[in-house]
Amino acid sequence: MSTDFYREGEPIADTKAPAGPISERWEKRRFSGRLVNPANRRKLRVIVVGTGLAGASAAATLGELGYRVANYCFQDSARRAHSIAAQGGINAAKNYRNDGDSVHRLFYDTVKGGDFRSRESNVHRLAEVSTEIIDQCVAQGVPFAREYGGLLDNRSFGGAQVSRTFYARGQTGQQLLLGAYQALQRQVAAGTVDLHTRHEMLELVIADGKARGIVVRDLVTGEISTEIADAVVLATGGYGNVFFLSTNAKGCNVTASWRAHRKGAYFANPCYTQIHPTCIPQSGEHQSKLTLMSESLRNDGRVWVPKRRGDDRAPGDIPEAERDYYLERRYPAFGNLVPRDIASRAAKMVCDEGRGVGPGGLGVYLDFADAIKRLGKKAVEAKYGNLFDMYERITGENPYERPMRIYPAVHYTMGGLWVDYDLSSNIPGLFVTGEANFSDHGANRLGASALMQGLSDGYFVLPNTISDYLADGPFEPLGEDHEAVVAARKEVDDRIAFFLNNDGDRTVDSFHRELGKIMWEYCGMERTDEGLRKAIGLIRGLKDEFYRRVKVTGKAEELNQQLEKAGRVADFFELGELMCIDALHRTESCGGHFRAESQTEDGEAKRDDEHFSYVAAWEYGEDAPVLHKEALEFEYVKPTQRSYK
Amino acid sequence: MKLSLRIWRQPDADTPGKMVSYEIDDVSEDASFLEMLDVLNERLIAEGEDPVAFDHDCREGICGACSLMIDGQAHGPQAATTTCQLHMRKFKDGDQIDVEPWRAGAFPVIKDLVVDRTAFDRIIQAGGYISAPTGTAPDAHAVPVPKQDADAAFSAAACIGCGACVAACPNGSGMLFMGAKVAHLGLMPQGQPERHTRVLGMVAAHDEAGFGGCTNTGECAAACPKEIGLDVIGRLNRDFRKAAARAA
Repeated sequence: MSTDFYREGEPIADTKAPAGPISERWEKRRFSGRLVNPANRRKLRVIVVGTGLAGASAAATLGELGYRVANYCFQDSARRAHSIAAQGGINAAKNYRNDGDSVHRLFYDTVKGGDFRSRESNVHRLAEVSTEIIDQCVAQGVPFAREYGGLLDNRSFGGAQVSRTFYARGQTGQQLLLGAYQALQRQVAAGTVDLHTRHEMLELVIADGKARGIVVRDLVTGEISTEIADAVVLATGGYGNVFFLSTNAKGCNVTASWRAHRKGAYFANPCYTQIHPTCIPQSGEHQSKLTLMSESLRNDGRVWVPKRRGDDRAPGDIPEAERDYYLERRYPAFGNLVPRDIASRAAKMVCDEGRGVGPGGLGVYLDFADAIKRLGKKAVEAKYGNLFDMYERITGENPYERPMRIYPAVHYTMGGLWVDYDLSSNIPGLFVTGEANFSDHGANRLGASALMQGLSDGYFVLPNTISDYLADGPFEPLGEDHEAVVAARKEVDDRIAFFLNNDGDRTVDSFHRELGKIMWEYCGMERTDEGLRKAIGLIRGLKDEFYRRVKVTGKAEELNQQLEKAGRVADFFELGELMCIDALHRTESCGGHFRAESQTEDGEAKRDDEHFSYVAAWEYGEDAPVLHKEALEFEYVKPTQRSYK
Repeated sequence: MKLSLRIWRQPDADTPGKMVSYEIDDVSEDASFLEMLDVLNERLIAEGEDPVAFDHDCREGICGACSLMIDGQAHGPQAATTTCQLHMRKFKDGDQIDVEPWRAGAFPVIKDLVVDRTAFDRIIQAGGYISAPTGTAPDAHAVPVPKQDADAAFSAAACIGCGACVAACPNGSGMLFMGAKVAHLGLMPQGQPERHTRVLGMVAAHDEAGFGGCTNTGECAAACPKEIGLDVIGRLNRDFRKAAARAA
């Protein structure tokens, strides 16, 4: 067993979700939770870190309710948070198409899609709230796609059998975020929200067992300051950048969550990572990020590699008989439309066999020649023109004439800080929303569900649950000289001083790249006991070297992008190790976590419900992390094994 | 490929800046422009020099963080493309490339190629929204929106707030940015009740921030990576005149 890497602690439970029929639980909780009198709200201060969908929506809504809100982001404007890059759409159980959708069906699909590793109560609430999100966004003026009659258009997405996805061309995330950003700016003008851009949270302040504030660095002047409040909300996104190369923005990081984790907040299911099969492959060592190509391309493109290893002929010179359309061969029923994780692993397998194409042999073809022959170039252009243009801009290759090259890339992280039904972490006063928490997607997130969860948490869930906690406030004022504040600031100062004084000779990025390669190799699409053990050793060795050799130029009192990166990468090292330990302990395969030892005869992921039907919530420990298990129960959706043969 | 770069270096807002030359000879033509700067920065750090500071985040052309005047063109020579999506194959071996920050009175330089664009946020704060507090919305189908209006609103709403329009304008005007938001919200039925107060508030904030007036030269639309057209400025002017007449 892997217990040499961790200890097991007491089990935990979500104590806030009410019992009773699942469709009544959210209403019950809203009634049982205490309220704060409107006149008292202005005496209560709430910090929201992050301005993506989950952060901007929460900050705006709390401001509208009359709380005093301090909102922080590291970007130069709240509008730049990475929610802006989401392409596909947002799910909602409106059943506008009259095609059999319902709250229950969205709930069912999400629990099943999460491979039975999420909480039924949370997911049901998400499905209920989904309809209100669309209403809210339309009222804000979000320009969703519409039919000629003026009503909203819907499409089917990610293999769903109903059309429940609302979208704004390929820029749904951008339009939803701008809606939330505008609502936030309205509150800034109204004076209810103090917005601090170009500020990064570097430490959490806990006093008398409660989360009471944060330490931030002004990224322009380098000034360190403390913000004290009655509650802290982290809406700081996912941690896919631990892999260095991912579809995340360059600034995405785990530091806020990790600082909270080091102060006692449990980190749940860190190994659950979603890898997206259709990204543009890496072109060389200079590569700084990977770009997602919409999954819709697989509707008409055919995936193949040469049959022969090392076949370096141009794709057009390889005759039909010497091509392997491996998805169509292995999964005749679903063909090129198998789910994300299966498509990703299959691509890795053929590349591992030496049959990959393009630089480094890390790519497979996505060929539109048949679609162009069948539908005509015009029709293909109408459907995918913008994607083809983007591909050509990045690769310099024309996908109308030469098959695209694609390869999987890290896209979303389902794990995150542990929260209860109220979105409260195990530290009183610390709430976590959006991708930063672990709550709703289980081991795998369905397409068009990330935007839904971010806005559900921020507009509707948190503003209703946080009042139960704030009803006990305002709490004792904390001065700058309080020992908890002094200690937190000292930790930040010491870390900054360490990096700037370190007599190193290697850049931060060079370490980050190397860490990313270890994670991708051993904790990526396929994980094994042997590989994960090896990865833990490699990460520890590299981390030691990082602290000995990392070189950060410049000063603390200025805009210093290397210093920012150094702190983030230091936290990624610790997170990476925990991800590997989590992946090592979970000897089953489920959702985005594939353990090679746990597969069916056909090579499909095989869950082990008897031993692993729980949330793994990790407590930080100086020597080794402590595992707390939260048992998962399924009253409404019975676990089944999926098959795409 | 081998390139000669001349890059604007300025330690902070209060210290005068200057162009500094760098030779770089190991650039892949598959690298993006920002990846080329990454390569340069890795070398500068190794040599103990301060790397070039520049804003960037998503690197897929949607967040609007990246900027750069490249040979005098906002976001460089490729049309409808942000700097992060511009690739080195658009340049030739041996090229000399000038790299400067956005230059505009309303966008002061913070360091090197990084400028302060918070004036854009202040314009939005002055009215670039629809007041719809959470929970007050009617059913999404309660108000139909003609498809052509929704599509036109989307095209205007595609603005990424990068500031290329301001940097390209001889007068440092923010009217394309502002017009895009006025058009987006003004084309939707939900945006009608605040249509007049919105435009008056935004124009006042725009002028207050130090942006200039429109020159009608159209450089802004030519530089816009999201191809937002000059028509939004026409719309802005029309709404402004109507609103001002009403207010008078």
